[in-house]
Amino acid sequence: MHNHTIAELAAGLKAKKFSSKEITEAFLKRIKELDNKLNSFITVCEEQAHKDAQIADAMLAKGNAKPLTGIPIAQKDIFCTQGIKTTCGSKILDNFIAPYDATTITHYKQAGAVLLGKTNMDEFAMGSSNENSFYGPVKNPWDLNRVPGGSSGGSAAAVAARLAPGATGTDTGGSIRQPAALCNLTGLKPTYGRVSRYGMIAFASSLDQGGPMARTAEDVAMMLGVMAGFDTKDSTSVDKPVPDYTATLNDSLAGIKIGLPKEFFNAGLDANIAKVIEAAIKEYEKLGATIHSISLPNCELSVPAYYVVAPAECSSNLARFDGVRYGFRCANPKDLEDLYKRSRGEGFGAEVKRRIMIGTYALSAGYYDAYYLKAQKIRRLISDDFRQAFSQVDFILGPTSPSTAFKIGEKSNDPIKMYLSDIYTIAANLAGLPGMSIPAGFVDGLPVGMQLLGNYFTEARLLNVAHGYQQVTDWHKKTPENF
Amino acid sequence: MKWETVIGLEVHCQLTTKSKIFSGAATAYGAAPNTQACAIDLGMPGVLPVLNIEAVHMAIKLGLSIDATISPHSVFARKNYFYPDLPKGYQISQFELPIVSQGHLDIDLEDGTRKRVGITRAHLEEDAGKSMHEDFNGMSGIDLNRAGTPLIEIVSEPDMRSAKEAIVYLKSLHALVRYLGICDGNMQEGSFRCDANVSVRPLGESKLGTRCELKNLNSFRFIERAINFEIARQIELIEGGGTVIQQTRLYDADKNETRPLRSKEEANDYRYFPDPDLLPVAIEQALIDKVRLELPELPQQKCERLQKQYELSAYDASVLVSSRELADYFEATVKQAQVSAKLAANWINGELAAALNRHNLEITASPITPAQLADLLRRIADNTISGKIAKSVFEILWESKESVDSIIEKQGLRQVTDSSAIEKMIDDILAANPQHVAEYRSGKDKLFGFFVGQVMKASGGKVNPQQLNDVLKKKLAGQ
Repeated sequence: MHNHTIAELAAGLKAKKFSSKEITEAFLKRIKELDNKLNSFITVCEEQAHKDAQIADAMLAKGNAKPLTGIPIAQKDIFCTQGIKTTCGSKILDNFIAPYDATTITHYKQAGAVLLGKTNMDEFAMGSSNENSFYGPVKNPWDLNRVPGGSSGGSAAAVAARLAPGATGTDTGGSIRQPAALCNLTGLKPTYGRVSRYGMIAFASSLDQGGPMARTAEDVAMMLGVMAGFDTKDSTSVDKPVPDYTATLNDSLAGIKIGLPKEFFNAGLDANIAKVIEAAIKEYEKLGATIHSISLPNCELSVPAYYVVAPAECSSNLARFDGVRYGFRCANPKDLEDLYKRSRGEGFGAEVKRRIMIGTYALSAGYYDAYYLKAQKIRRLISDDFRQAFSQVDFILGPTSPSTAFKIGEKSNDPIKMYLSDIYTIAANLAGLPGMSIPAGFVDGLPVGMQLLGNYFTEARLLNVAHGYQQVTDWHKKTPENF
Repeated sequence: MKWETVIGLEVHCQLTTKSKIFSGAATAYGAAPNTQACAIDLGMPGVLPVLNIEAVHMAIKLGLSIDATISPHSVFARKNYFYPDLPKGYQISQFELPIVSQGHLDIDLEDGTRKRVGITRAHLEEDAGKSMHEDFNGMSGIDLNRAGTPLIEIVSEPDMRSAKEAIVYLKSLHALVRYLGICDGNMQEGSFRCDANVSVRPLGESKLGTRCELKNLNSFRFIERAINFEIARQIELIEGGGTVIQQTRLYDADKNETRPLRSKEEANDYRYFPDPDLLPVAIEQALIDKVRLELPELPQQKCERLQKQYELSAYDASVLVSSRELADYFEATVKQAQVSAKLAANWINGELAAALNRHNLEITASPITPAQLADLLRRIADNTISGKIAKSVFEILWESKESVDSIIEKQGLRQVTDSSAIEKMIDDILAANPQHVAEYRSGKDKLFGFFVGQVMKASGGKVNPQQLNDVLKKKLAGQ
């Protein structure tokens, strides 16, 4: 059961080969048996999952099922769920139960999907290894000594180990694409504004975007169809119709123009990973694509620009966690200042504190122009680079991550090294563009992801390009041993 | 040395939108604590603000009425600071690009001159909640009902030169926002709040002195007192060889003094930056044109019209337009009474204003309606009663539901205009006071008033004064 893709499970449900109850129980059983090795879930929603499955089976029986009705989905613990704990991987929200659903959760509910559980993540989505969670690190099912990537590491590990057929993630600087790459998944970060951010706990509001993670482009397309759409509760969501992302998956790729940014293939890239990406490029050529060399000259500035903008926004976004209204409060505060200092000091982890301090500094009087404003200017330059590039090519292709999954603890004491894990993914967030990571091969038994970036709101075409590749390769079908 | 005072004012007006500026929760005042605050007002994780367009319309109204620039592109920014009644740890406000900038308000000073006060900017922002420090056993309670209530902050240029001028400006602004219907102006409930920036400099000096910001000013009277106290404090300090330190000072109404709250060094660094959760506010000319059509007649326009249409003095007109409701009351009264507007203005600004003041009532709560007052004025105009008697009728009218005519009849207050009756009364008085008559006739003119008083007394004040004068003059002259 657990080896089926979402599309296969949906077809089986429709054909009444099995029920949502059976699928749900199968996945709950796997979580129970295997997640102690991975730590991919913070909360398993057994009771809710059973209820949802019952509703889904009723919908299926009545014949008013939608594409995802009855499919168990794991939700990153950054999406608020009414009545079910939402921690964002932080001690400060260890006791937090939201009185509302995130719009994404509402959409999955309306689609008849089953809420399997809430997945582990780097605290407040800050991290590239999932080592920054209050609930402990997540292990990569391909090698339990290695990280699954982050911040959506719990979602990635859970889907890669097939403890869930699909999961949601959020991507602020690569948090969907990088763990997808490190765990051999297909993950999509939509155009900024395509998926509502309401109820998705903010890290960096101008960069955050929720998206799907699954094993195939087809599954991702089905999930995106549920997640995408305008939301009156999110002023930054865009009022644009949502296409049927599955309808164009099989369109021909003949004549598409793929650009290779020379900056993504320079000396910093591991030679073995370069080889994997070059092989993928060959496949695209076989499919009729033409390959073009392009340049994104300002993209080398994306990491420093990101590490000003994202911490600046986070320093303000995380101010609400003050121990006053909800969440963790220190014991016996002696006055207001003590309440603030200790609730936040004890409630936040080291990486979150580091970013709050960087961001506070960057926004301070006298430094604002030199840091925040300058970073915003770089953002515009990066967007201009992409505009220029997309006037020449349809898609941009390169590696998702400069390395395969690294060892737990390997980079955790070197923030700069850790920050560079997102060197290829961050630019898309700064420009608000959609991007995907697709399984493209292996180096030393560890998965390598290929990144595809598209122009604004070209998700359907991106999925089509990813699907085309998956029809002629079987990297995405590989599963880790022992899972 | 002669000193010049320089005052600039920051006024916060709560806008009268039904729901909050960034959420759908109600803005109603006085509800049980934390019953008018939704997840957004509480700053729960993951929630997002959505701008209430009604607040934008109100800001445009204000901007148009002060001849200001309405920015086609304005930006909401976050003002970051920690306080328990500020749920998100930041206030959504506007910083670099406010919605309204560079306007002015013309104010009419007591000496009859008109002064133009510059308005630097007016921007939209959200109000904070309230901390309550009593009744919680040494802890503090927080009521977030007010959190997210829309405010417009109106910042003046440092154009005022005395506490009196500051008050005239504030009263004019207060009238304006109420005319526009964008603020209820209730100062006790905090709907209209003011901070004053006060400095002094030697007369003739062009450089500004160091300013202090006065907070906690919640009535016109206190604002005037606080500013005057602060002016005296600064002058005394400088003349005593000291220097004014830039600081925020709190006014204590009980002690009538200001005292330091925090100095510039201790001031927060608010780390303003554009709020990434909200798009820039784009305002098209078409919207501005539409809002312009909804603008009511403004106080100054109304004041000029009342002077012209009703031939009122500038003073009478300016008192009447101090609130839209008062001016409406006046116009309704004149229309129904068909008497001279001057008479109506005198009664409304005199007798009625005094009575309302005594009972601490707004004009809208007046127990005497314009129709009733019109009845009364008509009876004065047609000589049924004298002005003096009318005051008694007014008093009865205030307390009862009876009509003016029935009060006059029942109390027998109708004026005596029958000339033979008046002659008879005068004859009786003259006959009873032969000594005074003789003295008058020998040149003591002042005694005329004595005879008038005697007749009035005998008639219970009901004799028509004009007739009395005429007949009395003739009789005393021996005619």
